Amino acid sequence: MYQVGNLVKELSDKHGRMRESLMPILQEIVQKHNYLTDEAMVEVARELDISAAEVYGTASFYTFLDTQVKGKYVIRVCKTITCSMKGKSDIIQTLEDMLKIKIGETTTDKQFSLIETNCIGWCHKAPAILINEMPYTELTPEKVSTIIKDYMQK
Amino acid sequence: MAVRRIELMLCTGTGCVAGGAFRISEALEKEIQKQGLEKEISVIITGCNGFCGHGPLMLVQPDGIFYGFLTPEDIPFLVQEHFLKGRPVKKLMFSPPEKKEPVPLLSEIPFFKKQLLIVLRNRGIIDPEKIDEYIARDGFTALEKVLTSMTPDDVINEITRSGLRGRGGAGFPTGTKWKICRAEQKMPKYIICNCDEGDPGAFMDRSVFESDPLSAMEGMIIGGYAIGASHGYIYARSEYPLAIKRMNLSISSAKDYGLMGKNILGTDFSFDLEIRQGSGAFVCGEETSLILSIEGRGPEPIQRPPFPAQSGIWGCPTVINNVETWATIPVIINRGADWFSKIGTETSKGTKIFSLVGKINNAGLIEVPMGITLKEIVYDIGGGIPDNKKFKAVQTGGPSGGCIPYSMIDIPIDFESLIEAGSMMGSGGMIVMDEDTCMVDVAKFFIQFTNDESCGKCTTCRDGSEALHKVLTDITNGDGKEVDLEFLEEVGNAIKDASACGLGTTLPNPVLSTLKYFRDEYEAHIKERRCPALVCKNLIKYYILPEKCTGCKLCLKNCPPGAIKGELKHIHIIDQSKCTKCGTCLDVCPPKVSAIIKVSGKEMENITGIEEPYPVKRKGGKNET
Ligand SMILES: Cc1cc2nc3c(=O)[nH]c(=O)nc-3n(C[C@H](O)[C@H](O)[C@H](O)COP(=O)(O)O)c2cc1C
Ligand code: SF4
Ligand code: SF4
Ligand code: FES
Repeated sequence: MYQVGNLVKELSDKHGRMRESLMPILQEIVQKHNYLTDEAMVEVARELDISAAEVYGTASFYTFLDTQVKGKYVIRVCKTITCSMKGKSDIIQTLEDMLKIKIGETTTDKQFSLIETNCIGWCHKAPAILINEMPYTELTPEKVSTIIKDYMQK
Repeated sequence: MAVRRIELMLCTGTGCVAGGAFRISEALEKEIQKQGLEKEISVIITGCNGFCGHGPLMLVQPDGIFYGFLTPEDIPFLVQEHFLKGRPVKKLMFSPPEKKEPVPLLSEIPFFKKQLLIVLRNRGIIDPEKIDEYIARDGFTALEKVLTSMTPDDVINEITRSGLRGRGGAGFPTGTKWKICRAEQKMPKYIICNCDEGDPGAFMDRSVFESDPLSAMEGMIIGGYAIGASHGYIYARSEYPLAIKRMNLSISSAKDYGLMGKNILGTDFSFDLEIRQGSGAFVCGEETSLILSIEGRGPEPIQRPPFPAQSGIWGCPTVINNVETWATIPVIINRGADWFSKIGTETSKGTKIFSLVGKINNAGLIEVPMGITLKEIVYDIGGGIPDNKKFKAVQTGGPSGGCIPYSMIDIPIDFESLIEAGSMMGSGGMIVMDEDTCMVDVAKFFIQFTNDESCGKCTTCRDGSEALHKVLTDITNGDGKEVDLEFLEEVGNAIKDASACGLGTTLPNPVLSTLKYFRDEYEAHIKERRCPALVCKNLIKYYILPEKCTGCKLCLKNCPPGAIKGELKHIHIIDQSKCTKCGTCLDVCPPKVSAIIKVSGKEMENITGIEEPYPVKRKGGKNET
């Protein structure tokens, strides 16, 4: 868990306090902390003068506006057809073995979360994953394990 | 800079760099110096031209000769032969698989010859982060022409006459949409660029914004002038950070140059652009949903009419078009509607970008005139199917589309023909499938996708996709019943008729089209518990042929769950209760031995029950069983 502190206020100053400011504010909180806490959402509702239920309702519609605790690095593995044809299950196997978690889980040290996602637009270089916003493509189990080792050292 | 006699355009796109393009450039520089040709030849680094399957590659200008699969070792010979002695090197040219004679000229290679680059005109040619390079390639001349010599109605007429139809999926005539919006009295009006691309297999919008962001933006400014809007939004999916970075850069450099913002090019027309990001909801690509998302409201799609052109963002008239549609606009303005409408077919004008992915040799983006046949795309441009496998089908139109079987390979690709075939254009994803693809599994994939992405507002879409998915899962698990096929058709048609947005109304297409063209595969799963493509795990078994196994232990060592029993020089056996059907053993068994087979249906029962490994005895080169 993180403390939002002044963040919501700062973001509201930056993006405004209108209904259309809601998404950019939530997105920037997630960019910083990878997920939304209840505290953050209540704070946003207060700043924009809308109900907390509305904030929660909006957030829950979008898979990237996560309301569950997420690690520092969120690994999204494309599970869609082209990546599947090109061996995404080996990639998932490697990731699960290395991180010792299953799809949908977060490591106990809160470094990594592993989730599946739909097509991320790198189908010609399948299989592909995103780590936070960074795409990694044409993966093999060996390539993935080098990449993850790098992140583990960060 | 002195004009050199020869220019070597060496590709340094991602694919070619991975293949060693920089080592080629070093080798070239070295040999050119050695031969004293540095005053005559220069090496020019370029971006990707899409022919990545043949990299590292280069083009010799002005001759137009293409060399591919280059290695540093080839370079001295190449430089001496071609540039010193004037004898182009045949063995480094492109040779088509079926013909013996190589094709020297890039422009004659089918991959390039059959393409026509309008939207991708600047791909690999300009630095997308430098506005000057866009301007040097006629960038903003269309905007200048519009602002100085055309009325808004002239612009709309030109676009209407060109026959341009939206590239985002539905193919609505762009000129007509603009005209409806212009006719609305309410002010202000807005422009939106839909870059929420999410169709499986499609990534053209990402590529346009990554390789030539200003082309789409110039189109949007022209659109703003035509309908009377001074503000626009680009809605981009957040999965595309590089594209978003380049949008931001382009906006600020266009403003610096007076090409965006207040009083563009000194006229009284002003236009500003703002970027909004999605957050991982596919349905937000639907126009009414996208608009609600920008407004910060719950983005469940709403019934049209009214269309956004009448009542869009904040209830104001709004033109929303796809990235590719916007990027086509400047070219139509510059070269004229007559020129554009000569390209393509009667009802589908111009070019379309497709992304070729899946089981295809030249995977990547291509741009072709409408009306080209599927066969030309898959074989001439795509280079056919890898590993000499059989071409089975192409899935077009993403989750809204369908599968087109091999038997229809001569179909011309345009909006109408694809719909007639039970598929659709969609955003242009083409997923190529070979004989190893199970069509029931493919249908299940797409239904899983739409079920994930349904916003849940309509029962038909939400529960209908769930029901379809359950039945497809049963069939692929071997639990299918004969009535299931009728059920799929009935539910499919019901969903089509009663959902609020395009996601629901088109979601049954992958099921209905595979049922239409590959019914025998569905039946094999149900009646014989057999997966003809040997994909569905519940319906296949791996088996080691005793007469072929040499007892090398390779499969045993590599089997992840340890399901293989055996010792050195003993016939190995798979414990079916432990096997997870991962296929590793089949991959590692040496090709010369090929002792492991995959079977389905009746053959699964015929597997002879050897219980324990026993020694390999060779007689006449074969094992005794
Ligand atoms: C579920 C769904 C998703 C869509 N996704 C996109 C998209 O990612 N990009 C796009 O341009 N159009 C998408 N569309 C189509 C848009 O609603 C709209 O028709 C299009 O943006 C209009 O632009 P055009 O006329 O230039 O094609 C989608 C439609 C539906 C029903
Ligand atoms: S058809 Fe599906 S995605 Fe579209 S509004 Fe209805 S439930 Fe939502
Ligand atoms: S398919 Fe996989 S699990 Fe089954 S025997 Fe072969 S290697 Fe082992
Ligand atoms: S299918 Fe995985 S990136 Fe498109």
